[in-house]
Amino acid sequence: MTTGVGPLVRFDRVVKRYGDHVVLDELDFTVRRGEHVTLIGPSGSGKTTILRLLMTLEKVSDGVIWVDGSPLSHVRAANGSLKPAGEKQLRESRKKIGMVFQQFNLFPNMKVLQNITEAPVSVLGMDRDEAESRARELLDLVGLAGKTDAHPSQLSGGQQQRVAIARALAMRPEILLLDEVTSALDPELVAGVLDLLSDIARSTDITMLCVTHEMNFARDVSEKVLMFDAGRVVESGTPEKIFSDPEHERTREFLAAVL
Amino acid sequence: MNGFDWNAAGDALPLLLEGFRVTLLATVLGTLVAAVLGLAVAVAGRAPSRLVTLPVRAVTEFVRSTPLLVQLVGAAAVFSSVEPLTVGVVVLGVHYAAYTSEVYRAGIDGVPRGQWEAARALSLPARRTWQAVILPQAVRNVLPALGNYAVSMFKETPFLAVITVQEMVFEARRYGAEHFAYTEAFTLAGLVFLVASYPTSLLMRKLEKRLGH
Repeated sequence: MTTGVGPLVRFDRVVKRYGDHVVLDELDFTVRRGEHVTLIGPSGSGKTTILRLLMTLEKVSDGVIWVDGSPLSHVRAANGSLKPAGEKQLRESRKKIGMVFQQFNLFPNMKVLQNITEAPVSVLGMDRDEAESRARELLDLVGLAGKTDAHPSQLSGGQQQRVAIARALAMRPEILLLDEVTSALDPELVAGVLDLLSDIARSTDITMLCVTHEMNFARDVSEKVLMFDAGRVVESGTPEKIFSDPEHERTREFLAAVL
Repeated sequence: MNGFDWNAAGDALPLLLEGFRVTLLATVLGTLVAAVLGLAVAVAGRAPSRLVTLPVRAVTEFVRSTPLLVQLVGAAAVFSSVEPLTVGVVVLGVHYAAYTSEVYRAGIDGVPRGQWEAARALSLPARRTWQAVILPQAVRNVLPALGNYAVSMFKETPFLAVITVQEMVFEARRYGAEHFAYTEAFTLAGLVFLVASYPTSLLMRKLEKRLGH
């Protein structure tokens, strides 16, 4: 195990194809432990696919994703070669990783509290009382202390997304994936959710990968910005570098269009 | 042809209500079998292995392609030592399960993909994903459709008379034969069906509206 040494996440010549359509083209990049990385780029450039691959919602077509020194969706065969992992190993790999979705995807049949306690109880085997008291703390953190007994349908989009963030944090992930988490929100609710994520970024050591169109968030929260186009990293660097002095024409064009 | 004999109708009523108890019992138990078995068939239909899905599909196709009456008579012949009511309930349940499984399937397909993905992102095991996330949503959406099948089954229980289950129409026929009062007995039986099933249908429609269909 290489815990603590080397990158936490490493994409090693990762290819993702849908039929003939190549979404990710021999992608290489790394994320250090505790780093907050923002993925930017035009739609269709493969950013969301990267998060979905990391969450093992999709399978890589080729290449290997390494998390903490272990292959994410492969297992080592006896002869040392890598073969695709089964569902059981995938479930094990997933436990380190949490994801917040654009459309929240809360469970509408459960109250807010159970949305948060469900996985800690049924996956981590946490005692129900402990899971509930932790869920209450998390709801307090996301500013929804009074909403434990509400149903998701009774909440605004911003509140639902806060619950979804609490739900992901309840599993104590090492890596948190944020997939355009403010894109489905009414404009006046965006700032609150982004502030919350900034707080979490500052106050925890969770590694974050974030796909967003909110360039201010990318600037304020992340230490590294990756600019994607057509399934490749066009340019990467600190937000200061990317936003004020981009090297690539493609990056300049993109930023001119969104800023 | 004489007029409607009100005395005969009044005379037949207690006997018919006796039969109606059996009708209700068969409907309730048959619905339970159809609800549980249909769900099992729908979930099995989504199994990753064809060793599971193919036989399941073959059996449901067979059940759907043959008449209930034939299935009843066939089953009664094969299981001749079993009590007719039991055979009737099981055949009704199995017959309707072939249809309710389709209803469940539609309900399961109707659960958004994001729900599966959220469950997976939380590492929920398959069993828990079905139990806690998918089925509660799927079943809620199909409750009115299931209710409508229960009403249909209720109206098909007279077929059970063929295998000597003494439900309401069986009793009506017996009374009619003994007193030469078929018209009265059958009219009354029809009325009892109407009185029982119409409010249930209304209730289902109300439920549908409430669930936003």
